[in-house]
Amino acid sequence: MVMPQTLANSIDDESSSKLNDFSLAVATTNGTGSQTANLTLLRSFFKMGIPVHGKNIFPSNIQGLPTWYHIRVSRDGYIARREPELLVAFNRATVRDDVATLPPGSVVLCNSDLKYRFERDDLITYDIPVKALLEGAEAKGKLRDYLANMSYVGALAQLLDIPLAVVQEALGYHFGRRQKLVDSNMAVVDKAFEYAANELEKCDPYRVEPMNATEGLIMMTGNEAGALGSVFGGVSVAAWYPITPSTSFIDALKNYLAELRTEPDGGATYTVVQAEDELAAIGMVIGAGWAGARALTATSGPGISLMSEFAGLGYFAEVPAVIWDIQRVGPSTGLPTRTSQGDVSFVYNLGHGDTRNVILFPSSIEECFEFGVASLDLAERLQTPVFVLSDLDLGMNNWMGRPFDYPARPMDRGKVMSAAEIEKRGSFSRYLDSDGDGIPYRSLPGNSDPRSAYLSRGTGHDEHAVYSERPADWHANAERLARKFDGARALVPQPVVDEPDGATLGILAFGSTRYAIDEARDALAAQGIPTAFLRLRALPISDETRAFVERYSKVAVIELNRDGQLCGILRNELPELAARLEPVAYLDGMPLTAEWVAGRLAGLTEEDHHG
Amino acid sequence: MDRAQAIKSNAIGLGKADYGGAPSTLCVGCGHNSIANQVIQVAYELSLKPNEIIKLSGIGCSSKSPAYFLGMSHGFNSLHGRMPSLGTGALVANHSLRAIGVSGDGDTGSIGLGQFKHLIRRNVRMTYVVENNGVYGLTKGQFSATAEEGQELKYAGQNELPAIDICLEAITAGCGFVARSFAGDAKQVRELLKAALSHRGTAVIDIISPCVAFNNDDASTKSYGYGRENQQPLHELGFVPIAEEIVLEGHDPGEVRVVELHDGSRLTLRKLEEDYDSSNRVAAIDRILRAQEGDEFITGLLYYDPDRPNLAEASRLVETPLAELPDERLRPSREALAHLMERYS
Repeated sequence: MVMPQTLANSIDDESSSKLNDFSLAVATTNGTGSQTANLTLLRSFFKMGIPVHGKNIFPSNIQGLPTWYHIRVSRDGYIARREPELLVAFNRATVRDDVATLPPGSVVLCNSDLKYRFERDDLITYDIPVKALLEGAEAKGKLRDYLANMSYVGALAQLLDIPLAVVQEALGYHFGRRQKLVDSNMAVVDKAFEYAANELEKCDPYRVEPMNATEGLIMMTGNEAGALGSVFGGVSVAAWYPITPSTSFIDALKNYLAELRTEPDGGATYTVVQAEDELAAIGMVIGAGWAGARALTATSGPGISLMSEFAGLGYFAEVPAVIWDIQRVGPSTGLPTRTSQGDVSFVYNLGHGDTRNVILFPSSIEECFEFGVASLDLAERLQTPVFVLSDLDLGMNNWMGRPFDYPARPMDRGKVMSAAEIEKRGSFSRYLDSDGDGIPYRSLPGNSDPRSAYLSRGTGHDEHAVYSERPADWHANAERLARKFDGARALVPQPVVDEPDGATLGILAFGSTRYAIDEARDALAAQGIPTAFLRLRALPISDETRAFVERYSKVAVIELNRDGQLCGILRNELPELAARLEPVAYLDGMPLTAEWVAGRLAGLTEEDHHG
Repeated sequence: MDRAQAIKSNAIGLGKADYGGAPSTLCVGCGHNSIANQVIQVAYELSLKPNEIIKLSGIGCSSKSPAYFLGMSHGFNSLHGRMPSLGTGALVANHSLRAIGVSGDGDTGSIGLGQFKHLIRRNVRMTYVVENNGVYGLTKGQFSATAEEGQELKYAGQNELPAIDICLEAITAGCGFVARSFAGDAKQVRELLKAALSHRGTAVIDIISPCVAFNNDDASTKSYGYGRENQQPLHELGFVPIAEEIVLEGHDPGEVRVVELHDGSRLTLRKLEEDYDSSNRVAAIDRILRAQEGDEFITGLLYYDPDRPNLAEASRLVETPLAELPDERLRPSREALAHLMERYS
């Protein structure tokens, strides 16, 4: 592996380079309330105007297992995961391993109650006596554990130069109007701050200073953004079954709907049904879509597995539906709380028979919102299930973003024929391609024109939705569906392309890996290796993607799975260009780092030069 | 007499033929055909508006039958055992619709047992008809979960497993309308269908509907012969539409129980050999279990409770069906988004 020079440098740089630029890991125990402390830190950096991002690296567990929170602070705006160089060691079970993996010169803030003896002499360490700091605090039991985590907030505030007023404001944001909680937490912060000021001698180069790089930005999780987009997309039925990491999507959706879609008389213009399983969840969505409501479900890989039969039915009966897949490592237990982009090929062909599904790939909270709206439009326009493939990293973590734009266009309700229109045309045929785009007209139950009625079924229908096993009927129908799918290429969100002068290597990726890729590309460019980047935002691909691949002799397809699933799909769709597509795939449950991406890309350019 | 008078029509001007569907492709003599005909008759007699009905089904012989009735109503022949979820979605999307769901013993008792029970738990407003013949027809004669223990069939051998009782499952899941009938008793099927369509929530009618191809030996409890010999109605049913007087035709009022249905219509239950109280849940379960032990084929309205709100009511939906809401009631305002963005800044 080749380490790009700029990245290698950043590790051993002068202390000025540590200003507003570091990666911090907080190691605690699941269920002890460390999330409050971590979000307080995250928000403090954000409100100081410093670009920041936090990742919750958590176990599938309610209480007791180790959990980590990674905060990347970057004056340059890089927010991909980076191996930590600052560690808050608050978990006895992991402290040895956590310390062992730190690079030389790293800083450790350690809870001295752990009585951990450092065996390394190349680290800068600070001890804080957490128990002692909590003496005099009124809280007992669990609440006391929660407050204990505030001690690292206070100590870090002092060591890193976070103003206490900013911390207090962040706590206020977290607790809303519950001033008592703000006060009790702040009391511990103050005490730890004071302890650090009096007892710890600052001997590391890391610190923060206010900037104005986050002004006007918002901070939100991808799941919240997707849920909000769906609300502004007019969703009125959601059905779901709880599954990490998609549950917070529905939690957010329920809150937004209750707030935004309850009418003055208390009536709801929506409903959210918790189904008995994912089979039923998508069944409800297909039923609601068939009846004319905008409907969605959110799930993850195991749920997608259960949804395959209904997805196929939705494709062939041509029923609108939106399915958010917040991808995780699968199946079953073990890594359900770790991120992945492993459902791409499965979802693309989900359903038996010749199914091909439209997939949207959001990469940011802005796109989660935008695709929340677009997915519902596309599903009704194309009369087919539309999948939105997010992932745990994007969905459950907090990201900075621009405030969302209000949808520019009115809702696209697709081709629905009313009784009046049927009267005007004199006939209605459910599966007749009267416009030549493969998209037929549908009618909704309740339509008062008796000619509107039809019996939906998966296969075996002719243009008039009449039962038919005639080979010619089904062949024509299947070909029409293929035409419809081809038409989708121009309707889905088009790729975002960046092609600097002199680039010879192409990069193609989708979703949340973009942050590591953006940073790696800058590092390579600084070494004189410009690269071109096409960020795919949907399947099926359009001409733009084909043209991009045609322009580069080598295109690295970067994705967070073992087999290079998107690369496989692209090779299949662009057989004459298949040899140019190089899978750069990796999966270990963690988001990619820029170091890893830059190393792999540099390796590919090396191959070019030598081979 | 002119032609217009010769063709009878109902209160909304439709003839019985207007409620018909495609010709049946089921076997001649199949119990399901008889049930489809009763659906047509009932819809005609009740003057149902075809566009206010949806007909839904899963997979199997039974599930083909929505094609054979109400051709002017939308329908969905969906997936095996999954019609309940599809119907749940359709009915929250448009709560002004009335749904007739048709299922079979395999579709409900095996692959779809979970969805069946959860449909009932949610009390989705659907008339759920199980065309129960104890056997898989399209795959040629395997036992279904409602086949009685010990039964022998040529293809499948001996059934060693106990039968699932659809009505018991419905009652324990919280169903407020549970009935059993026999496809050979057209009048009872009709009266139960009418009452079920007037119920506010899920109404389950388990209809023994013989399979003439695979399970019609007189020894089978799902056969015409057995049904005709052994059917034991708990009461004689009479559906009385809204605004019509109850006429007891010479019976002692003490012999008739009157059930008030949700929409204002009523069902009269005239006592036969025993005085059966359909409003007692525990007694209903007890009676079904005793019937099992005594090999009795009891039919009628086994249990009725009109009180539990249905899913649409419990969801506090606005009056306009969600599917018909105009865009401005679906998409919140520009100001609402700006306000939220402020909150996240």
